Amino acid sequence: MTNHWIDIRNSDCILIMGSNAAENHPISMKWVGKAMDKGTTLISVDPRFTRTSSKADIYAPLRSGTDIAFLGGMMNYILSNDKYHKEYAANYTNASFIVGSKFDFKDGLFSGYDPKTKKYDKSFWAFEKDENGVPKRDLTFKDPRCVFQLMKKHYSRYTPKTVSAITGTSEAELKKVYETYAKTGAVDKTGTIMYAMGWTQHTVGVQNIRMMAMIQLMLGNMGRPGGGVNALRGESNVQGSTDHCLLFHIWPGYLGTPNASLVTLADYNAKNTPKTNDPLSANWWQNKPKYMASFLKAMFGEAATKENDFGYSWMPKVDVGTTYTWLDIFDEMYKGNFKGFFAWGQNPACSGANSNKTRQALAKLDWMVNVNIFDNETASFWKGPGMKPGEIKTEVFFLPCYTSVEKEGSITNSGRWMQWRYAAAKPPRGPKSDGDIMVELFEKVRSLYESDGKFTDPIKNLRWDYVKDGKYDPHAIAKLINGYFEQDVTIKDKSFKKGTLVPSFAFLLDDGSTSSGNWLYCNSYTEKGNMAARREKKDPTGMGLYPEWSWCWPVNRRIIYNRASVDLNGKPWSPNKNILEYKDGKWIGDVPDGGWPPMANKEKTKRPFIMKPDGVGSVFGPGRVDGPFPEHYEPLECPVPKNLMSSQRINPVAPVYGTEADAHFSCDPRFPFVGTTYRVTEHWQTGILTRWQPWLLELQPQLFVEMSNELGKLKGINNGDMCKVSSARGEVEAVAIVTGRFKPFKVQGTTVHQIGLPWCFGWVHPKDGGDSANLLTPSTGDPNTRIPETKAFMVNVDKLGKRRA
Amino acid sequence: MAGKFFFIDTTRCTACRGCQTACKQYKKHGVTKTKQYGTYQNPPDLDGNTFRLVRFSEHPAKTNSMVWYFFTEACRHCLKPPCKKKADQILKDAIIVKDYGAVLYTKKTKDLEKSFKAIKQACPWSIPTWSKEEDQIVKCNMCYDRVEAGLLPACAKACPTGALNFGEEAEIKKLANEHLKAAKKKFGGKGEILDLEDVRALYLIIDEQVKYRPVA
Repeated sequence: MTNHWIDIRNSDCILIMGSNAAENHPISMKWVGKAMDKGTTLISVDPRFTRTSSKADIYAPLRSGTDIAFLGGMMNYILSNDKYHKEYAANYTNASFIVGSKFDFKDGLFSGYDPKTKKYDKSFWAFEKDENGVPKRDLTFKDPRCVFQLMKKHYSRYTPKTVSAITGTSEAELKKVYETYAKTGAVDKTGTIMYAMGWTQHTVGVQNIRMMAMIQLMLGNMGRPGGGVNALRGESNVQGSTDHCLLFHIWPGYLGTPNASLVTLADYNAKNTPKTNDPLSANWWQNKPKYMASFLKAMFGEAATKENDFGYSWMPKVDVGTTYTWLDIFDEMYKGNFKGFFAWGQNPACSGANSNKTRQALAKLDWMVNVNIFDNETASFWKGPGMKPGEIKTEVFFLPCYTSVEKEGSITNSGRWMQWRYAAAKPPRGPKSDGDIMVELFEKVRSLYESDGKFTDPIKNLRWDYVKDGKYDPHAIAKLINGYFEQDVTIKDKSFKKGTLVPSFAFLLDDGSTSSGNWLYCNSYTEKGNMAARREKKDPTGMGLYPEWSWCWPVNRRIIYNRASVDLNGKPWSPNKNILEYKDGKWIGDVPDGGWPPMANKEKTKRPFIMKPDGVGSVFGPGRVDGPFPEHYEPLECPVPKNLMSSQRINPVAPVYGTEADAHFSCDPRFPFVGTTYRVTEHWQTGILTRWQPWLLELQPQLFVEMSNELGKLKGINNGDMCKVSSARGEVEAVAIVTGRFKPFKVQGTTVHQIGLPWCFGWVHPKDGGDSANLLTPSTGDPNTRIPETKAFMVNVDKLGKRRA
Repeated sequence: MAGKFFFIDTTRCTACRGCQTACKQYKKHGVTKTKQYGTYQNPPDLDGNTFRLVRFSEHPAKTNSMVWYFFTEACRHCLKPPCKKKADQILKDAIIVKDYGAVLYTKKTKDLEKSFKAIKQACPWSIPTWSKEEDQIVKCNMCYDRVEAGLLPACAKACPTGALNFGEEAEIKKLANEHLKAAKKKFGGKGEILDLEDVRALYLIIDEQVKYRPVA
């Protein structure tokens, strides 16, 4: 979230699309409700009428996988009806930038595409620069090569008629949503988007979100109370784990993972530190070398010196051009290229796309360790449906662990709040905390390396002072994540003693005198104490920022890019929503994105989007691998023979995997219906925590498949009938919920039916609960992130003779 | 102690079923073996383990093509409880009413097994249940032990959206009136508080009652 949960209440219009907040983020509806009490309009856009839709003022259905068409039509409406926030768009976004002459777009392809490698050369999309190397601008938006004009041309193709024929949403419904949401382009109004996996899990996932980010920028909704682009994270600490490098391509604090071609730290810094020639751009990432050096000092402590590049060469690098995402891991595992695997706190046999492939892949391992709180389909995969235990060589170790409420530590929620928790319950005897398991594991590995082993430096030199009284100490690690002064140092007239905690990332240095496990969290645990443990209920702005309740990254800034919440003179765009104001030479309110004065002070100001090299929000986004403007492509598996927007049916750079387990079919009579997956309030992720909880199982006992009354009639399926749902990759048995909440779509003049199933069940428990809906989903995904496309695929559904025993 | 009331604004309920589950958790109730039978509503009805049940009802509608109503059902704690009237005819004070209004089924209801049907029929909403495990008649007891200790009933404590509220009569009736006014404004004049003069669980609905729950 660029904003935070409470801030939803400050919105004038809330769009919930690509998420089902009432179902999956029930508490968020408290803030949605508070907003609605004040007259805020709630819009729900979803293939299915959901618990969220039941509370919405406006509901519009759309076929899964067509969000860019829907939103492209909204952008067309905003631009062609002058609904955008002009002053904001001109000054705070790159809408005025002139794009270089090599940029072009023809029939679904941007310039720079190489059909052989299926890759774009992004240099074709560069901005035109002046003699000083600063992007050229036309603040009047008249230049035909400016972003605004190119964007207007691009989305003029997304007419209501075409959009409706793609999405299946009626033109009247589109109009209603567009008109209502576009009203937030008024200077004093703000609108917010609450999205989740309904947008990310597509072959166009990143561009779904970019499309909305562009709309938010053009309407002037970014950085403002009641605005922003708000990802509802699917697990309470997903934000925290992403910040701390859950993903392969980043190290903690979003420092790019080095590839093998970057041999020295200097190579890395030269390649990864963005530059700008614009004196008005803060280009905050210019500080990356400081964060990198401090991170390496946190990894290797005293052993990290300037002379040895702070141990840069001890860190693992990725191979050039190779990706290591979930889909890649299981593809390689399936091909037999892995020996061992830690499935730690997860259940890939149910959670990942194409579960049959995942389950087969696990059988190719020599060993697997599953750390979990209950038996699950991963730990017991070898005795699962279709498996022959006698033929499976994988040795499985199951390590029981504490639950999150049985241990002390922090979680970081969707709103970027790092909240410290004490242990609320005493764990049973036997299991261990994840921290203790890791400590024991590492100490064993290190002792083995003492007698033998190659390339021992990283193991030998790893900073390792997190153990107190033989136990993992969460405070020790939280302090190192914040960072220490590693020697006595004087910065900006302030002197700091070696061994004291760094007060904020502004004091981190690139010479080895500071450490910080994650620069974004520098300021979270200082000499003043554990900021995340704060519980003060003061609200000085009255806007729900609660600055002394827990702690928020970066530097306790509750709304990111908040200097865009004010006009060029530093006055809030919405006088009644004042979170930040420039008064008498200083900022009052939230922690500003840098202390520079507002834009009217042309000598001393910096542009508000300080993390972007040009200092402005990217309406034109030349950094993504699949194009600078989002474009509608059909999902890998789709119900239509052609894409109405171009002759590129699917995203031309989407990854496709080639094993026999990766079958996929479009417009195949065997799989005629669109399928999608989702969660239910009553179960958590794959259901490991909740399926064993009898009260929750009582509420949602068995896998179901939801379908329209029309499809039920077509297939002779009645409400409550047992059905078989199948795709090119697998099948599940599910109880039919035949409902008016799904309706057939009119797509390209034909009727398209859609069904949906939750993915929270598995064969281990309960025995009559059914199995994971991910047995149906395909292994393909977004070309930028490779998140799997589990939200739009093709299936069939048939009535089964009798109910499951 | 002054009279206690519930106020349930069905327009704010998202059917998270926190109330239904919190009730079971606080009362350490057992589990009813359920099956998926074509709806999210489970268990199908109130039972010995289920003193509060969220009912799910979907109907075609003009706005947004349909409505999906959620109704958290439990004992209304009537001001003049007909169940007590009926039971008193058979066994005096098997059902008692606390001074703040909680209608409680005591252990004595064990001896009312033969009259259970009549007592259930006396209730306009068929709330009372015979519990084999407890060997008595059961239903929501307003978490009287919590209330007497100054706490909210478990259901009201759990509600995240402000749909299910609990408190003193004056405060709850004021809240109900405010919500009714807002609902009427939002839903084109529709909206009513059910049985305002008769019960301690006030429901705000914006459509015919029969669209929320089975009506005899």
